[in-house]
Amino acid sequence: MRLEIEKRVDDLPWWAPAALSVGAVVLAFVVGGIIFKLIGGEPIRVFGFFIRNTFGSWPAFSDTLVKATPLIFTGLACTVAFKMKMWNIGAEGQLFMGAWFASFVVLFPLVSPETSRWIVIPLMMIFGMVGGGIYGFIPGWLKARYNVNEIITTLMLNYVAFEWVNYWIFDQWSDAGFQMSPTFAKNAWLPRLTDYARQFRAFSGITLHLGVIIALIAVVIVWWLLSKSQWGFEVKLIGDNPDAARYSGVHIKRNIILVLMVSGALAGLAGMIEVTGVVHRLQQQISPGYGFTGIIVAWLAKLNPVAVILVSILFGALIIASREIQPAGISQMLQGLILFFIISSEVFTRYKVKLVRNSAAVVGAD
Amino acid sequence: MEEKEALAVEMRNITIKFPGVLANDNVNLTLKKGEIHALLGENGAGKSTLMNCLAGINRPNAGEIWVDGQLQSFSSPKDAIKSGIGMVHQHFMLVPTQTVTENILLGLDNVGFFMNMRKYEQEIRELADQYSLHVDPEAYIWQLSVGEQQRVEILKMLYRGANILIMDEPTAVLAPQEIEGLMDTLRAMTERGKSIIFISHKLNEVKSIADRVTVLRKGKLTAEGLPMDDMDRKKLAELMVGRTVLFTVFKEENEPGDVVLDVQGVSALNKRGVPALRELSLQVRAGEILGIAGVSGNGQSELAEVITGLRECTGSITVNGEQMANAHPLKAIERGVAHIPEDRNKVGSSPNLSITENTIIKDYKEDPIGEGWQINFLKAAERASGLKDKYDILAPNVETMARKLSGGNLQKVILAREITTQPKLMIAVQPTRGLDIGAIESIQNLLLEQRKNGTAILLISEELDELVSLSDRLSVIHEGKIMGTIEDVENANIEEIGLMMTGEKVS
Amino acid sequence: MDPIIILHAGIATGTVLLFACIGAIFNERAGILNLGVEGMMLIGAMAGYSVALSTGSAWVGMIAAFIAGGLLSVAHAVVTIHFQADQVVSGLSLTFLGTGLSTVLGEGLSSQAAPTISDVTIPLLGNIPFIGSVFFENHSPLVYLGYLLIPAAWFYIFRTRPGMTLRAIGEKPEAADVLGISVYRQRYAYVIFGGCMAGLAGGIISLSVSPGWYSVQTTSGQGWIAVGLVIFAQWNPVRAAIGSFLFGALRRGILDLQGPATLFGFDNPLFINANLGFFLKMLPFILIILALVIGSNQARRKRLGAPAALGVPYIRGERGL
Repeated sequence: MRLEIEKRVDDLPWWAPAALSVGAVVLAFVVGGIIFKLIGGEPIRVFGFFIRNTFGSWPAFSDTLVKATPLIFTGLACTVAFKMKMWNIGAEGQLFMGAWFASFVVLFPLVSPETSRWIVIPLMMIFGMVGGGIYGFIPGWLKARYNVNEIITTLMLNYVAFEWVNYWIFDQWSDAGFQMSPTFAKNAWLPRLTDYARQFRAFSGITLHLGVIIALIAVVIVWWLLSKSQWGFEVKLIGDNPDAARYSGVHIKRNIILVLMVSGALAGLAGMIEVTGVVHRLQQQISPGYGFTGIIVAWLAKLNPVAVILVSILFGALIIASREIQPAGISQMLQGLILFFIISSEVFTRYKVKLVRNSAAVVGAD
Repeated sequence: MEEKEALAVEMRNITIKFPGVLANDNVNLTLKKGEIHALLGENGAGKSTLMNCLAGINRPNAGEIWVDGQLQSFSSPKDAIKSGIGMVHQHFMLVPTQTVTENILLGLDNVGFFMNMRKYEQEIRELADQYSLHVDPEAYIWQLSVGEQQRVEILKMLYRGANILIMDEPTAVLAPQEIEGLMDTLRAMTERGKSIIFISHKLNEVKSIADRVTVLRKGKLTAEGLPMDDMDRKKLAELMVGRTVLFTVFKEENEPGDVVLDVQGVSALNKRGVPALRELSLQVRAGEILGIAGVSGNGQSELAEVITGLRECTGSITVNGEQMANAHPLKAIERGVAHIPEDRNKVGSSPNLSITENTIIKDYKEDPIGEGWQINFLKAAERASGLKDKYDILAPNVETMARKLSGGNLQKVILAREITTQPKLMIAVQPTRGLDIGAIESIQNLLLEQRKNGTAILLISEELDELVSLSDRLSVIHEGKIMGTIEDVENANIEEIGLMMTGEKVS
Repeated sequence: MDPIIILHAGIATGTVLLFACIGAIFNERAGILNLGVEGMMLIGAMAGYSVALSTGSAWVGMIAAFIAGGLLSVAHAVVTIHFQADQVVSGLSLTFLGTGLSTVLGEGLSSQAAPTISDVTIPLLGNIPFIGSVFFENHSPLVYLGYLLIPAAWFYIFRTRPGMTLRAIGEKPEAADVLGISVYRQRYAYVIFGGCMAGLAGGIISLSVSPGWYSVQTTSGQGWIAVGLVIFAQWNPVRAAIGSFLFGALRRGILDLQGPATLFGFDNPLFINANLGFFLKMLPFILIILALVIGSNQARRKRLGAPAALGVPYIRGERGL
């Protein structure tokens, strides 16, 4: 018996990519469960607990959506960059820079605490996008100008961003010596459903905020950009064959910088949404690795902006669960397993895998 | 058994299947000791597949291979090499960053862990002298000309003690004089008892060198080991193509117009930073085809690239009076310069994009495909369907990905796209390479139609026959310079062209 | 701010980078990019520490680290070589997997103290003034192993038969394939070797250079620095050594800037405001980016580049080659 891999000539059915993604997730949970069992955990019980705490009630589901919101942004950020095969793995740093720039508006402060929320919030959004965009520009420019590998630069810049934010929250903006900034004035808070609990009693304690709407708008815009716009076509063409793109007169260097800036701006927006929608201050704990998880979100969604929403909800749930489940690395391990099985499953889209017995009978299926 | 001993190789009832293709269908081939046996067939007829199987690279799905009277079952190229079979591939299998000696020693088991380079270099020098295959064992592959690289490939097989040599399209990259040299080498080898299988789709050279011929058409045998003496070109062509072949293309008289492309004193480096064009000048007028002949790697690719803005250069390049040197590729596209690139897979098309998308890569911003910031994919698909019918592109539909198309159909997609722009100037590099006769004919006719429409065409090719039949004027390029231009192409002296291709000035 | 101390510490921390970097040079020379170095280092560090705890022998732990890194890399090898998946994404997933798995399996390890490998001084060589104190005094035995590794790796790659094959596999795999060399088998071997070396590098941290298991903080991005150094080193072990040691020393030197109250006769701002230290912590990462700019520029000028087939899955052609 041996495994034979043969190039696929026919097309896969339309539902196959989705089926493969679901299969990869299920397999990752099974393998993760087995590892968890081996170290003495109770996977079945924990899984039930996981479902109850993330999808079991409206407040629980609202918490899941709150965690999914920044993931939608970082997932979109990676989708845009990966479409051009620009491996931006610096969404985490871009998120921190976006958060810092947005916080700058109220902490510097550029606006007074009395300014209308409808001025402050858009201003913070712009600052967040500019912050992330600048942070995407650096690796983009280095790639375009000096051909420096963007994987390494984006990753290294993550560490730089952490230290940068650390300096400000430990020093300049420290709230009475604590390692965080003071709480923002209410005009820098994104509206939450719980704010309207007086009118609608059902909203009491529901932390879902306006960010989720902004995220959905971002999905529509990115979808339009990638599948309808001329720029999206350039991105796709460069991603598939840069030589053909150059031959067709597409500005490659300009697009390298641009795509990383757009990607950075989306990640920066995630940071802005977190500080204004959830924690209301600048601190180290604004992200449990949203930027890195965005890589997996994008890949699991097969670089489809609409699918990013669904995948983000799943991973949002995973992040909620990881706060409760010990040991802490389980969620990260699951993420790794999911990504790993996803890319392994891609072999089925390009090849037929057959189990061959004595080089004659074909046993396995496609 | 008596008979078998005179045979170096016998392949019986070989069948090779690939997903969706029957590459070889019940094919036989016999090679006598000391003969040169031609394996003739069009591109895609399954010649290389059959030989890859003899060289141990592929395994047949059915059939037997006998070598020197022994049944063999090769599971790796190593087994084939052990039974004395060596193959020189069409695309050379050499590591450019390593030396000649290193390339020859690669994969040998009896070379020590620590390599005594001096000793091996000496051995290789001696072997090279024996067959007069002169090449410096210490040189790096990237420093060598194509002809020298071929010698390294042959030496690689001789060093392994190959008695049976498979030469896959060996003349495709050589100048006429170099081809003569190769033929002498091959004859010298048969005199020393070696047997040679010579793969080709060129009738003339097959006729002149081979003792016997086996012909394949679409994976099936049409002639098995027929003696060459009974053959003529017409008969061979019929066996190969399956119908009577016209050897001339019909070219109408055409009065050329104004100068469209004017290249003056252009120099450029290739991608390794070595000068590829040296003060090159040429002119192409509207409605004429200027052919560029030359041995591959003498600056042809770079010439096409500097004109289309893909490579930096010094000197002046004007299209209809407008300076194009060092402009962005977009400028050439906007000024009506069409480009059929040398590599249709890596440059001319994008593999995972559909036919529709591949037809719009140059005008997705132009009306009617581009609308504001958007692309009207509906109109693009409509236009692509029209092109698919007009240019007879065989594909399930216009959503088919480019990588799933055959070479001929992909080339038609590229030509359709380029012609749709109604170009003033067309740069065609190797437009028919690797295609079967049907596709070659349609591509050549499309070029002639463009010429009739008044497009200036620069045709760069390594197929001398093609150049002679299509060009109005023919220039020969050598080491980045034009060695000479033949005005009366129909009565051109091939000998003279050959000399210029190897760098001799002919007045 | 004693140069001997800085250089000495640089050699010790640089050794970690050296092992990981040379391992990566091998698998990249064979044409497979593995971005999972950070994950493999963590797995190695965790496995090494854990095994040293349970067996009571740091050396057995070191072997476990070597094996653990190799085991994780097998996953990368299968997916990239046989399944021809994207090497970048597979490497990233390896980092996630290694990080997660080591946190899960390393739960509770940090509270226990495992045996460590003690430093040794080379007789005679250790007595040489300055050079002896920097290179041959009170170093982990693995530092000395590293010294031997540099010329050995260089010689293997550029002067031996298997090294010649290795270079061919990464430059033009089809050329090797038609001569009967199994490209897949070779690539598997070098990817696993790269993984073993990364695992060992992790073990060197947790059992020797800065002993202990601190979860993700054990490596704190050194795996990524090693990946960056491969490009700076232009796939040459000797340049990798220079890069690793220099980088180790710079990192240590930068941290030492915070110590003294005065620097070159001026008040040291870093001493007065400790929070400025965050800027110092950024420097290593900025330095790596600078090193990459320099490396990429040099590579372009000399027209040396990555192995030509790096990152490209090898698929034996179906119709010819």
